[in-house]
Amino acid sequence: MSARMPASASANLLISGGRLIDPAHGIDAIHDVYVVAGKIAAVDAKPKAFRAAQQIDARGLWVLPGLIDLCARLGEPGATDQATIASETRAAASGGITRMVCPPDTFPVMDTPAMVRMVQDRAAACGFTRVHPLGALTAQLGGERLADMALLMDAGCVGVSNGLQVVENTLVMRRAMQYAATYDLPVFVTPRDARLHGNGVVHEGEISTRLGLPAIPEAAETVGVARDLALIETSGARAHFDLLSSGRAVEMIAEAKARGLPVTASVAIHHLHWNERHIGTFDTQYKVFPPLRTERDQRALLRGVSEANIGAICSDHQPRDADAKLAPFVEAAAGIAGVDTLLPMTLQLVEQGALSMATAIAALTAHPAAIIGVDAGHLGVGARADLCLFDPALAWVLTRNSMVSHGENSPWLGHTMHGKVVATMMDGKLVYRNELCVTRLGGEA
Amino acid sequence: MKPLDQLQFDANGKLKHFLTLSGLPKETLLGILDTAESFVSFGKREIKKIPLLRGKTIVNLFFEPSTRTRTTFEIAGKRLSADVINLNAARISTSKGETILDTVRTLQAMHTDLFVVRDSASGAAHLIAAHLPAHVRVINAGDGRHAHPTQAMLDMFTIRRSKGGFEGLTVAIIGDLLHSRVARSQIHALSALGVGEIRVVGPRTLIPTEIEAMGVTATGDLRAGLRGADVVIVLRLQRERMDGQLVPSEQEYFNRYGLTEEKLQHAKPDAMVMHPGPINRGLEISSAVADGERSVILQQVTNGIAVRMSIMATIMGGVEPRP
Repeated sequence: MSARMPASASANLLISGGRLIDPAHGIDAIHDVYVVAGKIAAVDAKPKAFRAAQQIDARGLWVLPGLIDLCARLGEPGATDQATIASETRAAASGGITRMVCPPDTFPVMDTPAMVRMVQDRAAACGFTRVHPLGALTAQLGGERLADMALLMDAGCVGVSNGLQVVENTLVMRRAMQYAATYDLPVFVTPRDARLHGNGVVHEGEISTRLGLPAIPEAAETVGVARDLALIETSGARAHFDLLSSGRAVEMIAEAKARGLPVTASVAIHHLHWNERHIGTFDTQYKVFPPLRTERDQRALLRGVSEANIGAICSDHQPRDADAKLAPFVEAAAGIAGVDTLLPMTLQLVEQGALSMATAIAALTAHPAAIIGVDAGHLGVGARADLCLFDPALAWVLTRNSMVSHGENSPWLGHTMHGKVVATMMDGKLVYRNELCVTRLGGEA
Repeated sequence: MKPLDQLQFDANGKLKHFLTLSGLPKETLLGILDTAESFVSFGKREIKKIPLLRGKTIVNLFFEPSTRTRTTFEIAGKRLSADVINLNAARISTSKGETILDTVRTLQAMHTDLFVVRDSASGAAHLIAAHLPAHVRVINAGDGRHAHPTQAMLDMFTIRRSKGGFEGLTVAIIGDLLHSRVARSQIHALSALGVGEIRVVGPRTLIPTEIEAMGVTATGDLRAGLRGADVVIVLRLQRERMDGQLVPSEQEYFNRYGLTEEKLQHAKPDAMVMHPGPINRGLEISSAVADGERSVILQQVTNGIAVRMSIMATIMGGVEPRP
């Protein structure tokens, strides 16, 4: 690393001439950013007595708050043959992500403080990105006994969740919400009625009928949303509905928000780009849970983001090797490795005119920060200098080689991405930089 | 992976696999039926073989049990002088152990020219075709609920022999459409061949959503569905589906949808009755109808041989020598 690169958090750093996009402060302009001791000291106007020990020439680059991904699975513990905390946090950093929230459906399950600390310690030792595990809502995610939520919170969990496992017993779910509400701990829910979901693999509609695949009706999601909204209303729990897939669910959540219920929602980036038709004839790369639904649902989800009824866009990162997708559709693994592509694919929605720049970036930064209750996702004075530099002009092709994640599962393999994160910082310290851009970042060529 | 309708064709637009009837033009279907006509007479000869596929190896790879389909494929291959190997394989549908592609590649290493594949997973034949060397052919002998194109073609053959053509025909398909790969393939074939109207009949628990998008009309009223029909296709209702959640009881199903002489009165007097087999007497069809003069159920089986010979010859016809 060259002398001009910021090596330590204490050094004064100037990021000059970049386009600063910070929706939390309504900023989208060319501004210098001044970092002192790993925190934002000033934006635009040089603080008194500031002398840059290091400087990054960010002309032509965008300066964004570090991204916060509300749903990413790391493979560890449990599936380290597919991916590890080290491999996936490194991939996240290369995608501009500085915080990721991980569902508790690991193996073993994230239902003890020791497991939570182990994951956080490992992530911290890797030093690429911050990892916030969600604690289990019920012991072993079994849906029968409450997990030690308060202890999990003490260990660092920003919320509790039952992962993709549904708490089928409504009484247990109600009590879990009441208990979580005691500690104002957000409950993350992937809304689903387990029986209606059944063994389905695609949305119930024309495509499931044509391909003869077991179907998941829209009602599998809306029944789940309706039940959980009723429980939220009477338990006082703060709830986050993640991975929404249907327009009807967005309407229900919008209506609940309008009534003042403490609910938030997020959507996976792939649900904003695709619908059931992209499955074509059994393309297992498009197999995801919840399933891709209709074009109408896709449009409604986009509208949900632009109207802020859906606050956050997540990667729903699930790294898998290529073999996992090489099976008949019913048997193939679900999921997409998404941290590498989260930012360029979100910005593509801006390019297409589907989302405004401020909305898109807020959905990756300020909104998810608010959902998990951390002071992050913005670059106001005093904030941690967690940020990324994005080169909008750098086109690259997603291949198994160019993917940093150990996952090999993405429908975007072979596609050209427009724009690339070229550097990511935590506390003003560089945790990732793109080799192609060494000169841009002030290193030796 | 290539889209299915492209995967079936070689670079010159010639049919190389037989995976689905979706997207196949009328001319291709009629060509197969015409070729099948020429094979019918062979079955009646003293020496029933022709040397079209001499020296070729066909593997009947059945991951799901079958009697009539496998047997007619075997006979069809042998009449074309190919070496035919039957494998009834069990498959472990987990990520561990030998995968379906491992099994196929192992057999491919023994220089198989054509795989006839049946599997319980929709899309299995498509997956296999997409991962074999270019000179190897695949015929789908039934994949999950998705397609059973050779069965549908033998049904078309049977209809044409009985009705002379397809134009203006009204066809009623009755029963468990939800789980039926046969019905899906029949609908594609009937639409391409230009019948007048396709009706599907059954309780809503057995009719897949948005099936109208495939160009059919759906009704729960059997009599209305049969009214004026030229062709009546009865689907098998698997007894293992009778768990009380899709239909209440065998008794009630037979009462509403079982095809009887009395209900058949609503169809045209010369309506033909078909069933892909094996039949459940007294559940979806009465013995009187199944064995009656309008039933062509056994002719369907006989025709299966000539039609499968035709399909094999069609896709193997232009096989280039192995590289």
